[in-house]
Amino acid sequence: MGIRTVAAAAASLALVVSMAACSSGKGSAGGKVSLSYGVWDATQVPAMQKIITAFEAQNPDISVTVQQTPWADYWTKLQAAATGGAAPDVFWMNGPNFQLYASNNVIKPLTDLHQDTSVYPASLVKLYQYQGVQYGLPKDFDTVGLWYNKALFDAAGVAYPTGAWTWADFQAAAKKLTDPAKGVYGVGATLEGQENFYDTIFQAGGYVVSPDGKKSGYADPNTIAGLKFWTDLIAAKASPSLKQMTDTAPLNMFESGKLAMFWGGSWDAKAFATNDGTKTGISVAPLPTGAKKATVIHGLANVVSAHTAHTAQAEKFVQFLGSQQAAQIEADTGTVIPAYNGTQQEWVKAYPQYQLNVFLDQLPDAVPLPVSRDTAAWNTLEANLLTKAWDGSEPVGTVAAELATQMNAALAKEGS
Amino acid sequence: MTLAGAKASALAPAPAGRAARVSRKRRRSEAPWAAFFLAPTALGLAVFYLWPVVQTFYYSFTTWGPFGGHTFSGLSNYRQLAHDPELRSAFVNTAWYCLLGLAGVPVALVLAAVLARPGRRGVGFYRAVLFLPVVTMPVAVAVVWRWLYAGDFGLINTLLAKVGIHGPYWISDPHTALIAVAAVGMWSSVGYTMVILMAGLQSIPRQYYEAAQIDGAGPVRQFFALTLPLLSPSLFFVTVLSVIGTLQTFDLVYVLIGQTNPALPQTQSVVYLFYQEAFVNNNRGYAAAIAFLLLAVTVALTGLQFRLQKRWVHYA
Repeated sequence: MGIRTVAAAAASLALVVSMAACSSGKGSAGGKVSLSYGVWDATQVPAMQKIITAFEAQNPDISVTVQQTPWADYWTKLQAAATGGAAPDVFWMNGPNFQLYASNNVIKPLTDLHQDTSVYPASLVKLYQYQGVQYGLPKDFDTVGLWYNKALFDAAGVAYPTGAWTWADFQAAAKKLTDPAKGVYGVGATLEGQENFYDTIFQAGGYVVSPDGKKSGYADPNTIAGLKFWTDLIAAKASPSLKQMTDTAPLNMFESGKLAMFWGGSWDAKAFATNDGTKTGISVAPLPTGAKKATVIHGLANVVSAHTAHTAQAEKFVQFLGSQQAAQIEADTGTVIPAYNGTQQEWVKAYPQYQLNVFLDQLPDAVPLPVSRDTAAWNTLEANLLTKAWDGSEPVGTVAAELATQMNAALAKEGS
Repeated sequence: MTLAGAKASALAPAPAGRAARVSRKRRRSEAPWAAFFLAPTALGLAVFYLWPVVQTFYYSFTTWGPFGGHTFSGLSNYRQLAHDPELRSAFVNTAWYCLLGLAGVPVALVLAAVLARPGRRGVGFYRAVLFLPVVTMPVAVAVVWRWLYAGDFGLINTLLAKVGIHGPYWISDPHTALIAVAAVGMWSSVGYTMVILMAGLQSIPRQYYEAAQIDGAGPVRQFFALTLPLLSPSLFFVTVLSVIGTLQTFDLVYVLIGQTNPALPQTQSVVYLFYQEAFVNNNRGYAAAIAFLLLAVTVALTGLQFRLQKRWVHYA
């Protein structure tokens, strides 16, 4: 990843420079309009290319080029480009960043499209509304499930997880599956919100940020219980320590058969299907139930840059990206769950070896990913402060109280 | 040292009055041409280095929005600097990187002395091998070292286990992480220092050593009375560069440590903090103030070194 990071950093720097140098240079040559499309996920680029080919066949006067920037640098680069008025014409947006971009008028409202949004899950449509105005069309969505390694379950004589599992069942199984002699752990307590501690916070009945986006939930006892779920697993050595997980990411441990269970997204399916260690022999179950059932739902949207020179063409492209035809292509390639209702089953069929319908079956209990206007500010606080609870140097309660104080200060700053 | 002194005075230019006047006149007539030929470089320097410095200085008194647009906020960024515990620890960490980086100089000196011995074979090969890390991308270096340092499956701990030592999690243990990062920094810069020092060693005339030998000086005396003083300009050069370079430690921390590493507070450097503030937290104004403080520290330390050089650097 590091080499790719530096290559990407160099490439993105070159791009930003070249785009800044000739931001007026891109445009129509011989009546043909060329659009740029900013994305971050390399595994989805082939699917995006297929969609673009279909779009260009219908619109011979428009050509689209994909600009892929790895996740680690995507937002840094996009923000620099947007500051210089040189963002791609159309690009991927996520929940945590959406309000920041919409409130600063970096992306265009899509009111002129008059798109029927009832074809997408309602929670996703709402995620991309700012002050009641639609700024993005949902592209896909993801939920979190419990991936597990069948061979390790068989070896430990533990029954495979089911939707009936409670937290207690999960914790007991995690301990039983741990085998220090072989370097095998029950689960990896990744220090990650979406896939780990947000899910347990919601399962415990807690919250991360209040619905009005003004108050942190980290002082709430239920929220703390959701964090404790993970720190307890680390303390019981049913999960590798934070130091070990810093050395080797839990995803890689799971792929090499060192973790019996892994809380991962529906987006992991494609990578698991191509990895030799997880091609077969793994499956997925619903997340265990705490005080209630919950899984985090989040989805991307396609948005139009406010500084594009070709508004009409860019909007046309976004509309096509949000169409059933584009969703069908996404589903067939099996990269992500398309947002367009009715096409999701195709995605499940793309991987008959896993029970991917688990990700769709959990939809009634899905809770949206917590966001506010400047989500990145408190995401940094979470990473910095929760580290102390994860490595056991400070009690969870103390860390959570400190996090709540600092996060409230960050949220107060957003309002102005 | 009489020999060295005599040589210095013989080479020092001693212009007579008339010659000086002529050269001054000529210099004046050549000035436009000099300016003409210097213009491309000077312009580049002004546009790409000096102007950004001026801008950064101005921005350090402003507060930024996430997508550009800034408001003047006076000294508030500097006031925040004074009360930022993270910044203080970042400076302490950076000071450690600086000191541990300087520890690489004696290592390079030993390597250079061994390789510069007359008649040694395969010098080119060893020089190339030791220089290799210098021309390797820092991020590639860091990625490889991440694997070497890995606690459970890393090469270092596997080898240590063979002799019965249970190695720590080098880069995620707050006690060892800083040393681990600094060691990689030293490893990748020692080749450069060594090459400079080798050149310095080889430019010391052999006759001095012969004369010293006749005067009865042993190897130790030769080293301290001849080699060290005559090498001091090179040593001064590498020390200044090493200090400036280690003050800017960033890429190793970025790749070796990373955001969720429990050892981050003990390893984060000033430039890492600057990056975090400027590009992750969007506090560009505050980041500019950090950059300026670091510039001031760099200038002060370098100035101090130039002042101290009179005490120990001998220009032959």
